[in-house]
Amino acid sequence: MSTQMFGAPIPRNVDPRLLKGEGAYVDDIPLTGALHAAFLRSPFARARIVSIDVSAALAYPGVAAVYTCDNIGSLDMEMPLLVPHPCLIGARTQRPLARDEVFYVGQTIAMVVAVDRYTAEDAAALIDVDYEPLDVTVELEAAAAEGAHLVHPDVAGNIAADFTQTSGDPDAAFAKAEHFTKVSVRIERSTAAPMECRAVAARYDGATGELTVWDSTQGPIPIRGGLAAIFDIDEDKVRVIAPDVGGGFGQKVMLFYPDEVLVPNAAMELGAPVKYIEDRPENFLGSNQERTQVHELELAANKDGEVLGVRDTFLHDTGAFIPYGIAVAQVASTSIAGPYRIPNIWIKFQAIYTPTVPVSPYRGCGRPQACFAIERAMDKLADELGMDRIALRRKNMIRKDDFPYLREGLLFADGLAVRHDSGDYEGAIDMLEAHMDIAGFRAEQAAARKENRYLGFGLACYVEGTGLGPYEGAHIRIHPITGKVYVNTGLTTQGQGHETIFAQIVADQLGVAVTDVIVTEGDTLAYDWGAATYASRAAVVSGNAVYKTAVVVREQVLETASGMLEVAPIDLELENGEVRLKGFPERKVTLAEVATISNPLRYTFSESSKSAAQFASSAKHDRPPLDEGAHPGIEATDYYSPPCATWAYGGHAAIVEVDPELCTVKFLRYVCLHDCGRVINPMIVEGQIRGGLAQGIGGALYERIEYDEDGNPRNANFMDFLMPYATEVPEVEILHMETPSPLNPLGVKGVGEGGTIAVGACVASAIEDALQPFGIERLHEVPLTSNVLHAALDRAKAGGAP
Amino acid sequence: MKPPQFEYQRALTIEEAIAARAANDNTAILAGGQSLLPTLNFRLGAPDSLIDISRIPSLSQIEITDSEVKIGAMVRQRQVEIHDEINQANPLLRETLAHVAHLVIRNRGTVVGSLAHADAAAELPSVLLTCDGRVEVVGPNGARSIAADEFFRFHLTTALKPDELVTAACFPVLAPGTGWAFGEIARRRGDYAIAGVCVVLSVDSNGNCTSASLGACGIGSRPIRLHGAEKILVGSRLDEDAIAAAGDAAREAVETPDDTQASQAYRQQVLATLVRRNVVRAAARAGAPA
Amino acid sequence: MSKKIRSAAPKAATDSTAEISLTINGEAITREVSTRRLLSDFLRHELGLTGTHVGCEHGVCGCCTVIIDGWAGRSCLTLAVQADGADIRTVESLAADDGTLHAVQQAFHECHALQCGFCTPGFLMSLVNYFERTPSPDLSEDGIRSVLAGNLCRCTGYQNIVAAVRRAAELLNVEGAKS
Repeated sequence: MSTQMFGAPIPRNVDPRLLKGEGAYVDDIPLTGALHAAFLRSPFARARIVSIDVSAALAYPGVAAVYTCDNIGSLDMEMPLLVPHPCLIGARTQRPLARDEVFYVGQTIAMVVAVDRYTAEDAAALIDVDYEPLDVTVELEAAAAEGAHLVHPDVAGNIAADFTQTSGDPDAAFAKAEHFTKVSVRIERSTAAPMECRAVAARYDGATGELTVWDSTQGPIPIRGGLAAIFDIDEDKVRVIAPDVGGGFGQKVMLFYPDEVLVPNAAMELGAPVKYIEDRPENFLGSNQERTQVHELELAANKDGEVLGVRDTFLHDTGAFIPYGIAVAQVASTSIAGPYRIPNIWIKFQAIYTPTVPVSPYRGCGRPQACFAIERAMDKLADELGMDRIALRRKNMIRKDDFPYLREGLLFADGLAVRHDSGDYEGAIDMLEAHMDIAGFRAEQAAARKENRYLGFGLACYVEGTGLGPYEGAHIRIHPITGKVYVNTGLTTQGQGHETIFAQIVADQLGVAVTDVIVTEGDTLAYDWGAATYASRAAVVSGNAVYKTAVVVREQVLETASGMLEVAPIDLELENGEVRLKGFPERKVTLAEVATISNPLRYTFSESSKSAAQFASSAKHDRPPLDEGAHPGIEATDYYSPPCATWAYGGHAAIVEVDPELCTVKFLRYVCLHDCGRVINPMIVEGQIRGGLAQGIGGALYERIEYDEDGNPRNANFMDFLMPYATEVPEVEILHMETPSPLNPLGVKGVGEGGTIAVGACVASAIEDALQPFGIERLHEVPLTSNVLHAALDRAKAGGAP
Repeated sequence: MKPPQFEYQRALTIEEAIAARAANDNTAILAGGQSLLPTLNFRLGAPDSLIDISRIPSLSQIEITDSEVKIGAMVRQRQVEIHDEINQANPLLRETLAHVAHLVIRNRGTVVGSLAHADAAAELPSVLLTCDGRVEVVGPNGARSIAADEFFRFHLTTALKPDELVTAACFPVLAPGTGWAFGEIARRRGDYAIAGVCVVLSVDSNGNCTSASLGACGIGSRPIRLHGAEKILVGSRLDEDAIAAAGDAAREAVETPDDTQASQAYRQQVLATLVRRNVVRAAARAGAPA
Repeated sequence: MSKKIRSAAPKAATDSTAEISLTINGEAITREVSTRRLLSDFLRHELGLTGTHVGCEHGVCGCCTVIIDGWAGRSCLTLAVQADGADIRTVESLAADDGTLHAVQQAFHECHALQCGFCTPGFLMSLVNYFERTPSPDLSEDGIRSVLAGNLCRCTGYQNIVAAVRRAAELLNVEGAKS
């Protein structure tokens, strides 16, 4: 092959369509005669519902139906617990429409279906609900404390799960250590806030009995399976399509949201297509969120900086329900030792119910919290021991020859022991240190302080277990007329560029242009085995499935072409959409001809059919046209199932300037070093990092979901929830390292979440360094808003700064 | 997030607009719509009737006299921002408008609309107040002029009566040699201010400050003049001590209690800092010795 | 399940309506619209121009930005009736009939300035209008970021969009754009 596509920074196949406004997101699908749904949502965090009167809404002109828990039949149930775990205590999931009581502001109580959304909203406001409000305890630590008001009356202490894991012998480590460092850290709640809110549309064809659902979801296959089960219809009669999806970041892998079952139900019942297009406030009130955790972490070290053990106990806010089980907390707990050897670990968490929007994974999924806890502790330990922060980290890094490094006893989210498979952690921190020119910076910092300018250097390292199983698959077929290659996967895209990286993988195997590989994702009619897009798994799990399938197809092509050209397969090469005899490029057949001839039933409609006819002399007359076990056409399906997670890692470094009067933070430099194994498309990888990093910046400095003491969200809109604009996100320098994963054929690791994980810890580290002359306390919370920094500076002043 | 039902009326003259105002006491004026439409989409307001004044030709006029820049009610913020003659007459408008939301919002939002909306954290009201500007109003009984200090009553509340219409805002022309500055701190660039400070001052040939007007947004229930700071600055040489004292004096003007975005103490510190920094910038522009 | 009797169609809504005439992407149209219909919904659901996206409906995200009488504006903060007589351009108008991308679109493609693509039409319309309206655009890092502020993107982290603005300036032969 002349040019290898794997590793090339080629622009994306999908772009022209999206740039021309030809994307097809759920609300863009034309559905003639569609009705529109709106919800009545709870205005109380906890209340008993005494009565619901829908008569005025039902009588409102333009209304087709009003649903409450009383007229949705078998849908009036608790929705499935997606990830069961033995440590869950009284796991609770939401009902599509509240029955008897509500558990958070925004919980769905009734759904109105009307001729348009305007009318549906008018009518929803006419529903008369009589509530008996109940007392609530909203804040995480208070909800976990004695005497807290209970979210679920029969779940004592609001404890949804309680889980402890141990690796090594932490008690012994703490008994013999020479130095102890303790930190309490707090990470606030944020939300994915994809630019496209969630959306569901459904159409039921009464003649064929087919239900078609368009869902802005990351997981159409599980949605399909669930809907078939819930409505008791054959799976093949249900088609779920995730068309173009405007961002997901984990929020859209949750299922089922109430609308995902209620909208199809309404479409079947009303005999008309029904659409629900979530609006922005609803995305804050009804779509899952993540992040609030409070960690108490202690390191046991020797005076030379070797960390012998870590003990961490944390509270995890799971909101009013726990549909995802302990996934977020478990990922946090198993990431707590970061890239460090720390051989002795004790980690305990409690997942706590609070009367707030339910929690499920958002890009990072527990790792930003764990990274914040361990990295802030490492900074503190370094300062206490008088060591350089980088030197301390280097000393404790898992060394090159330690891999694979097993943390026996820590079970990751895939149920398998944590096993860092490969990497060069020390090399990474060396590279980062050299790139940042720390000595030069310290001189600059000292000079700036003389002019009352306050610069700071911050650092944080992270690891990320990526590419979780169980499996993904791919189906590849070469089209007999055009010779183009069609790839179907069970995955979905929310903009990551899978369609291009999968095409690159296939292009290398089949010698075709990347633009001639057409990838279909997110349509259960095209492919319906697999899980979904989450956990930085697309390139790892689907990428390898696509690769394995392409290898099989390549064999078929060579086999067939060798018969056509009457040469051995080994003498053939694939290039430019053709199969050629090596050294004799004029002796060739096109992929279209190969695909055509491989089907004994041909028509002469196309050029490839006509030209393929010249090779038909080998037609068989003494046996069936298809040999036993053979199949027509060039196509194959194969799967990849990873043995366990593959661990990506990296480090972030920042130089900031803090204005101690206005308490504003300006980035002078932000550097991200990362290693995600072999890179399929560096442009796309960098895009993932920059995007993740911007979300990290949001969490570090701006974004916080606020509730008042009654549980009312205070900033459920884009004016007050401070998602960063271009003016708030720094320019980022990216450094690549490539340590192939030994676990999969392509040697790749996931990169979807890596950009996000370390930002909070890195930014806090940098600001703390900048404000060190003021004698401020350590910064152990995010987001570090100007207001928070002001308070810290004020306390330092009051305490008599040096 | 869809507006409730309302009646839509398109006024072609000021008289038609006033008649529509007078006919119903629950109307809203629709000009640029950049504040009104979000209110409607959130269903925070439910006017019976919207009166669209965009087709009244006289409201799109800009007049610059020796003493005033008069900006009609349909003049968009961006038009004012890029208007070189306005910038010469009162450069505070361009400097301030750069902080008002974002460019695309300023393309449609009107200067008068922002004043009439009277958000206590909005920038333009504080400029009108600091400059001692005024608004022109027409009602069933004819026209009247309302001084800025009289116009802004409370957050989202003005002296405008339900049957009146603001037809123009008049910003005084800054005399040659006047120093001026606007600066603010917002949570993100383009957001409403945590605190913003507008400064207009003049300095005599000896370097003494002969007049100083300072106003702030974001610190109370309406734009607020910082009289304490003004008193300290007038007659001073705008030296470091005087400026620091003016900043400290401004602190007590903060009325807003602690909220989740900013504590009162943080707002005070931002205000004091902005007073100092903006006075320094204004003094430099007034030609005061550094 | 046995075949169910189809529900009665709902009665029509009682919204007041008005007739509006306007030019969209060069084409004159006349339609009867509900007076409360947002321009964004009108473009998307009554004209089928779904390239204009809706991300917040309170003017903050910028996804719905279109060009109204020569100035970029939020179609979610504009009523369709306000656009009576207006000339409106949407993202569908940018590429040539043969599919050739507009310079700003081309720059976005080259610089990987889009991921999910949902915010993209809003960025494109804001930028196209900015270049039309600004003969000497400020192409400094801060200048570009100030222009981009007002459009939210959750995927890209903005840096590639900043690069795309520079690249677009080059493709448009803006003075001083050559890198």
